[in-house]
Amino acid sequence: MTQSLLKVEHLQTAFRTGKGEVVSVEDVSFQLNAGQTIGIVGESGCGKSVTSLSIMRLLGQTGYIKKGTISLNGKDLTKLTETELRDVRGNEAAMIFQEPMTSLNPVFTIGNQMIEMIQLHMMISKKEAKQYAIQMLQKVGIPRAEEVINEYPHKLSGGMRQRVMIAMALSCKPKLLIADEPTTALDVTIQAQILELMKTLRDESNTAIMIISHDLGVIAEMADTVLVMYAGEVVEEADVFTLFDEPKHPYTLGLMKSIPHLETESEERLASIPGTVPTLQNMPSGCRFHTRCPYVMEQCLKEKPKLQGLDEKMGHQVRCWLYEEEQKSENREEAVL
Amino acid sequence: MNETSVLVKDHDSFQEQQPILRVEGLKKYFPIKKGIISKTVGSVKAVDGLDFSVYPGETLALVGESGCGKSTTGRAIVQLDKQTEGTVFFEGENLSNLSNAALRKTRTQMQIIFQDPFSSLNPRMRIGDLLAEPLLTHQKISRKEAVEKVDDILKIVGLTPSHKSRYPHEFSGGQRQRIGIARAIILNPKLIVCDEPVSALDVSIQAQILNLLKDLQKEFQLTYIFIGHGLGAVKYISDRIAVMYLGRIVELGTTEEIFKSPRHPYTQILLNAYPIPNPHLRGRERIVVKGDVPSPANPPSGCSFHTRCPYAQEVCKQVSPVLTEEKRSVACHFPLA
Ligand SMILES: Nc1ncnc2c1ncn2[C@@H]1O[C@H](COP(=O)(O)OP(=O)(O)OP(=O)(O)O)[C@@H](O)[C@H]1O
Ligand SMILES: Nc1ncnc2c1ncn2[C@@H]1O[C@H](COP(=O)(O)OP(=O)(O)OP(=O)(O)O)[C@@H](O)[C@H]1O
Ligand SMILES: [Mg+2]
Ligand SMILES: [Mg+2]
Repeated sequence: MTQSLLKVEHLQTAFRTGKGEVVSVEDVSFQLNAGQTIGIVGESGCGKSVTSLSIMRLLGQTGYIKKGTISLNGKDLTKLTETELRDVRGNEAAMIFQEPMTSLNPVFTIGNQMIEMIQLHMMISKKEAKQYAIQMLQKVGIPRAEEVINEYPHKLSGGMRQRVMIAMALSCKPKLLIADEPTTALDVTIQAQILELMKTLRDESNTAIMIISHDLGVIAEMADTVLVMYAGEVVEEADVFTLFDEPKHPYTLGLMKSIPHLETESEERLASIPGTVPTLQNMPSGCRFHTRCPYVMEQCLKEKPKLQGLDEKMGHQVRCWLYEEEQKSENREEAVL
Repeated sequence: MNETSVLVKDHDSFQEQQPILRVEGLKKYFPIKKGIISKTVGSVKAVDGLDFSVYPGETLALVGESGCGKSTTGRAIVQLDKQTEGTVFFEGENLSNLSNAALRKTRTQMQIIFQDPFSSLNPRMRIGDLLAEPLLTHQKISRKEAVEKVDDILKIVGLTPSHKSRYPHEFSGGQRQRIGIARAIILNPKLIVCDEPVSALDVSIQAQILNLLKDLQKEFQLTYIFIGHGLGAVKYISDRIAVMYLGRIVELGTTEEIFKSPRHPYTQILLNAYPIPNPHLRGRERIVVKGDVPSPANPPSGCSFHTRCPYAQEVCKQVSPVLTEEKRSVACHFPLA
């Protein structure tokens, strides 16, 4: 059994707000091996970004991990000091943020920021670092890289900023790369180029990748396993083929049906999930999806289902009462063994 | 119902009518300024000569690389920005010839939905006031009538009148996008420019918004210009597609034709790069785009795509190809069969 590089167990993350504490991530567990890619999907606001920020321990002044452990290479990240964390970030783990402007410093040129970071992690001269930075910018498809490196972030278009961030994150060949909506602002040709770049990094440096995206095409292209989140919880986990071929959780089913495929006839109506996500202050009892679920049963209103494995497929886990029977039989087998 | 939608899909029936919008020789250059005295040292040719017509009731999609000038085109059409050169005709009227008062009136007929509705909604105004404001400024109606109209519109876009007292930040991304749509349709416009209205949303909310746009189009005979990166959504919503590259249209045709047999190499590459939401098709053969994206401040000679085109020949470097004038137009010396 290979040791997993990243192991998140029952993560719970909250924020202090004017209206009291809000728990953004309720219960998230998963493992990721070196060289493996996990995709995370789920409705806007379900806690995908907060999960990744928890791993990087970048929750700001008001956020904190309430429960759970996050171990990277055997170290429990929830217990590290700020100094120890600084060493982890960039070197062992790097992140591409959803909103690039938040992580680029507006008062320094692109070059200053990249060179400083590269020199922090690689033993090379400033001149070499600059050459390397230009190379990385070219790799992510930035035109005029030699000139752009002397620009300040606000001079670049949204898509260019995002690519600068990607270049920075990839330049230190991290062991774990977290990519939060890395290609949303980019057109498909640049997107394809960036995804190729991430695959190359994965193959050459055995990097583990955690990729968050609304674009199920990107997930289908990149991920080995997929985590589906709803309202702060993992509701389904499976290998990418199983998830697209046989989704089980009613939320995942709804998500898959909503995709506008190229084959979809334009006379057809797209399916969508009725209703809206409950607010954090107003979470329903029992299963959090029951207010929108077409298969809702009596039990779903009161009791909260656990994330459990299905017996037919190893590693296919679902948080839903519909599959209780299959899950029970699996548990029984386990007991016999 | 099916009969009418089949009729609407018939491309020829559009072109028998007078275009609602005609764009001729549209150019928009942004000056590049340098130094403390802000001397103009060149210009970004964001839009560099566009000609096209849009017919009543149809949806024309604008697709193309990030930075190719799609948003700039959309903003020039609704006269949010003044074009550098060229003419925009709306219902046969040259917008540049209109008096300020007449232009203000015409502009209520042309609305725009922004990619990020949050930045375009005043955060300190309640939704009810936000939506009533254009009614009260442009139409001679009483406050009571305006409130009734706002209630109706909120219902049409799938919200409720009780949402009137809330502020923009109290809505989810998808709900805010609906407010953006409500504001765009409240003055009964004829033409709406939709600038990436669904890119940042998860697929289920995307589906809701796309369905809504289609319903509204049918009900109010709306004409759309739809800007988007997601080819699934573009294919679903549009009747015709204009593919842009570096400020110009390189191919224009019906959605069906463009997807079935792209004629411009760039269109082919664009379709080919689209990540298909099916993991069984991952890693399929890709046509690799070579080279960097050229800068719109200094576009290549001849065909602006020649630096990256897999089929480029000598003539492509010298002579700029013209967009053919047929219904199915392509600007290429060696169009694909
Ligand atoms: N600093 C904060 N203070 C209070 N609440 C927060 C904070 N950051 C995030 N949240 C809340 O936590 C929840 C999860 O947010 P998160 O950003 O993880 O969503 P997401 O799944 O990444 O959504 P999206 O797909 O829109 O990016 C949301 O309800 C959000 O409002
Ligand atoms: N106000 C401005 N000043 C200077 N340059 C601008 C301005 N607005 C746009 N540009 C430039 O014009 C070009 C076209 O920009 P535009 O926003 O129209 O692209 P787009 O096709 O909408 O791209 P995206 O898909 O990334 O939204 C880009 O090179 C951009 O940097
Ligand atoms: Mg997020
Ligand atoms: Mg744009």
